[in-house]
Amino acid sequence: MRTAERTAAGSLTRDVGAIGLAVFAVGMSFGAIGVASGLPAWAVITMSVVVFAGGAQFMAVGLVAAGNPFAAVFAGLLLNARHLPFGLAVADAVGAGWHRRLVGSHVLIDESVAFTMAQPDPASRRRAYWLTGVTLFLTWNVGGVLGVLLGEAVGDTDALGLDAAFPAGLIALLLPSLRDKQTRDVALAGALVAVVTTPLLPAGLPVLLALSGLLLPLVRRRPGGGGAAVARGGSEHGRGGDPC
Amino acid sequence: MLIAVIVALAVGTYGFRLAGVLLHDRLDLPAPLRRMLPLAAAALLAALAGTAALTDSGGFAGVARPLGVAVGAALAWLKAPFVVVVVSAAATAALLRLAGVP
Repeated sequence: MRTAERTAAGSLTRDVGAIGLAVFAVGMSFGAIGVASGLPAWAVITMSVVVFAGGAQFMAVGLVAAGNPFAAVFAGLLLNARHLPFGLAVADAVGAGWHRRLVGSHVLIDESVAFTMAQPDPASRRRAYWLTGVTLFLTWNVGGVLGVLLGEAVGDTDALGLDAAFPAGLIALLLPSLRDKQTRDVALAGALVAVVTTPLLPAGLPVLLALSGLLLPLVRRRPGGGGAAVARGGSEHGRGGDPC
Repeated sequence: MLIAVIVALAVGTYGFRLAGVLLHDRLDLPAPLRRMLPLAAAALLAALAGTAALTDSGGFAGVARPLGVAVGAALAWLKAPFVVVVVSAAATAALLRLAGVP
């Protein structure tokens, strides 16, 4: 039992370390792209520390550089609205007490949620949440500062394939929970809605629309009650972001 | 103006985060709704994975990235260690791009 616990903690540290390295590299790229698009260094670094949400930061830098600050705020907040339901889902892992909640909320990101949801019990959920959140906060911001200093040389993370690393990591963390049929149906229906609506809607909205997957268990109360969702979910075997 | 953008983004984003964490206790959610929270998180994470794997700024992400993610997902399905999944996905996409695949 004790050894098993220690092994689990060790593998968690290693897994978070792997994503931490990737986040470090993307953070560098954010720093480099930020200054390359004309933002002052202090603004790029400040944004990384106080916003701490990669997708919204990249989008904001692009829109500010294009002279559209209102769109930068609107699009960024639309993209980050998912953190509210995420917060509801991992509140127990953030912990009790104002101090933990105020600090812990700031390190709520996709990865800290994914690592937390993959844990079996309350103690390891809490450990996973804080380890992931704090580690990625540090690697993202240290990377950002280095990117600002190094500039162009570290701007292109696509050459390293890091854009494929993040969805693959999310899928790996999601897979165990997708063994449960209800979770699988809801998650796959949500992913399908998001992917299909992405070309049509502003960024951020498609991911929020994935919550419509929650309607599935509501409309399909009876066991074995058919429907298109069953056909979709059944054939897929839980490959969350499976390319067609 | 730049400062205003950064402050608005930071305050709004932190507001979403804190609101979720605090509302969990304040809202006396009925048990069936409470049981849906992990499902909601799974749907959002699956949607993030799906859109990040397949799309880029509203269009198709090309070939290299989806193939890289597919290799990673297959390895995860075969219960490969997490680090192997992530590194293989990145390496596949990087090598494909090196070979000129978009």
